[in-house]
Amino acid sequence: MNATEPISAIKGGEFLIRETTADSIFIPEQWDEEQLMIADTCTNFLAQHVTPNLARIDEQEEGLMPHLMEEAGALGLLGISIPEQYGGFGKDFKTSMLVTEKLGAGHSFSVAFSAHSGIGTLPILYYGNDAQKEKYIPKLASGEWKGAYCLTEPGSGSDANSGKSRARLSEDGKYYLLTGQKMWITNAGFADVFTVFAKIDNDENLSAFIVEKDFEGLTLNAEEHKMGIKGSSTRQVFFNDCMVPVENLLSERQNGFKIAVNILNLGRIKLGGGTVGSSKEVITLAVRYANEREQFGRPISKYGAIRYKLAEQAIRTFASESAIYRASENMEQATEHLIETGLDPIKAKLKGTEQYAIEAAIIKVHASETLDYVVDEGVQIYGGMGYSAEAPMDRAYRDSRINRIFEGTNEINRMLTVDMMLKRALKGELDLMGPAQKVAGELMSIPDFGAAEEAGLFTKEKKYVANFKKAVLMVAGAAVQKLMQQLGKEQEVLMSLADMLIELYVSESIQLRVEKLVGMRGEEACAVQLDMMRVYINDAAEKIAHAGKEALNAFAEGDERKMMMMGLKRFTKTDDFNTTQARRNVAAKLIAENKYCF
Amino acid sequence: MPDTSTKIILKDNDTAINNLGTTFVINPYDEWYALVRALELKEAGIATDIHLITVGRADVEPVIRKALALGGDEAVRIDADSNDPFETAGYIADYAKFVGYDLVLSGKEAIDYNNGTTGVMIAELLDMDFIGFATDIQIETNTATVKREIEGGEETDSCTLPLVIACQKGVAEARIPNMRGIMAARTRPLKVITPAAVMPLTAVLSYEMPPAKAGVKLVSPDNMDELVELLHSEAKVI
Repeated sequence: MNATEPISAIKGGEFLIRETTADSIFIPEQWDEEQLMIADTCTNFLAQHVTPNLARIDEQEEGLMPHLMEEAGALGLLGISIPEQYGGFGKDFKTSMLVTEKLGAGHSFSVAFSAHSGIGTLPILYYGNDAQKEKYIPKLASGEWKGAYCLTEPGSGSDANSGKSRARLSEDGKYYLLTGQKMWITNAGFADVFTVFAKIDNDENLSAFIVEKDFEGLTLNAEEHKMGIKGSSTRQVFFNDCMVPVENLLSERQNGFKIAVNILNLGRIKLGGGTVGSSKEVITLAVRYANEREQFGRPISKYGAIRYKLAEQAIRTFASESAIYRASENMEQATEHLIETGLDPIKAKLKGTEQYAIEAAIIKVHASETLDYVVDEGVQIYGGMGYSAEAPMDRAYRDSRINRIFEGTNEINRMLTVDMMLKRALKGELDLMGPAQKVAGELMSIPDFGAAEEAGLFTKEKKYVANFKKAVLMVAGAAVQKLMQQLGKEQEVLMSLADMLIELYVSESIQLRVEKLVGMRGEEACAVQLDMMRVYINDAAEKIAHAGKEALNAFAEGDERKMMMMGLKRFTKTDDFNTTQARRNVAAKLIAENKYCF
Repeated sequence: MPDTSTKIILKDNDTAINNLGTTFVINPYDEWYALVRALELKEAGIATDIHLITVGRADVEPVIRKALALGGDEAVRIDADSNDPFETAGYIADYAKFVGYDLVLSGKEAIDYNNGTTGVMIAELLDMDFIGFATDIQIETNTATVKREIEGGEETDSCTLPLVIACQKGVAEARIPNMRGIMAARTRPLKVITPAAVMPLTAVLSYEMPPAKAGVKLVSPDNMDELVELLHSEAKVI
């Protein structure tokens, strides 16, 4: 966004109705020298301190995880985007995303790191008053203190505002007495500071409190036994008239739910970054294994069935990554613009992030499901060894699964994607009505048979993406019209609409990234990336068609359904394309480089 | 030098290496041992100023700044291309003579051409004492006590400064650049020096790729005759 032309900046969710230009997005091939050095530091940290100790970490060896957090803190990795006045390095959002991505391959350590530097630190940084920030942030940034976040309760997970934890003022007015039970609390075993959500008296909404581990009335349950991320400390935290000084109320009374939601917006896109980092590492392991393992006298990487898997792992990861850094740049520029208009930097950051909450939810779903695909095929490529606890795929497979559950389940995030889009339309922030009506009109007209258009390198893909938008607008528009208030209850339809939006956003992101990359390096140097883009968009068309059909069949009838089905076909039509050859090209590059190399 | 995972591709009729797309790294003997020990000496109040000197064109600057991210007061790039240890040593010695260092630390060898001679040549050109294959360096006032690896054992030397020491494993523990160092690297001075007139003593005629690794043959421990036969007829070592 150019500060002098704020109108030209694309708003959150606006990707559905507006075109984005390739030169306006950020792509990971643009990292500067300093950012690459920071990335190297993260990679070296994992290689030297984390990866050799994964088994010890998973056994929860006493003191090991907090020690690793302190080591990361000594390198400055816990304070990347914290302002310098609070002991951080004041780096931009993309840089902190890069750190999250690079440390994402650290299994349970990554979870501890993300929880500490995200939900463990940011509520205080963003909502704390000066005294609270001065007291807690420098210690959290250095790793001297570790942070945790207590929102979920046994009876309230996705429905966070329904928690039973309560706080009441002590008779002398000096303390809040906090009572309740919190569950699945990451880092609980070694955290020094907890951000705890509870309702004061009979308030309608949550409030947030900063609770230190030594406050009287706080106790911890034993470690949970989990499917994966076994090295991450996960416990229940009990508060029994826990004495929290009144000055430790975070922000205002009843502001807790807003804090929780806003912090989750950031957490979601960050989770995307972490899972992409993890995917890249798993792909590298899979490629190396496929190059070494021989069957029938040849390395298994010579076989098409394996090549398909390697290519598909890389294509989905590359696509997810494209979306992550595109949205990160949007968030950062929106924040900068808000600062320029005079808003306090921290408020600007929250508002800038919130504006792209739709994109954050999309990314959370896509990146976590990509990692699940990558680890699943990773196990398959390893074959019998994939199922052995001696080989790395076992841990990767188990550790991946939580990503579809925490930071809002993927189902909640899918519903949010559609819900937020429609709410913004209702508020008049997004004009979905006009474009949707235009598409409805187009259904009646004669289809465009692709008359004389100048055939550029991206002409086809740009047209496909434009058509995907029409498909989403048509199905979503009809769903709103038909189901009205009932739409919120038709969760299956919401899931389908979300799937369409996700595939649209990611397709556009990979197209824009490759277009920008070709502009930087030339077509010849980007041949494999062009193949990745073409395969991704080709397959996205089918996914969008499938999801659209599911939705239309659920609510539309008669001639109207027929007409929309035809429209859907038209908007998701792609030319014949040899995806097999394209995937072989992608796999060949991975195999030659013996690692994830994009 | 090229990252160790780089796939080497030759060009110009095998007389040169194609560096397009190659990632360059600092020679690990320089980075992990010589530089880190220098930093430790400064942290202990023994060294006062650390200069990082390299010979190379502008494209090596990101690598020097990476070294500066670990520490050091300034970097010096002598603007020349050199694959010849005498030429490299000549450039460095010329600059070192001008500054007048008390201690010059180098890696025991570079991991690209593995010459292992630059350090000792610098010492010779500067008329300074030299200790190679150092595994431990202690400095007290004007005297260095250096342990070095020798065939089958270890030797401890004592030598007064000025001195050139070529370092290897043991001298220090590898460090990872921290955020403070990375951010400071940009602001630390990087001087570019025009090289002195030094003629190389060697020239590369051609490169050859190593032969592909042959497969491994497994012989059962019960079958000593087969092993002896294979060692005699195939490996031709007995």
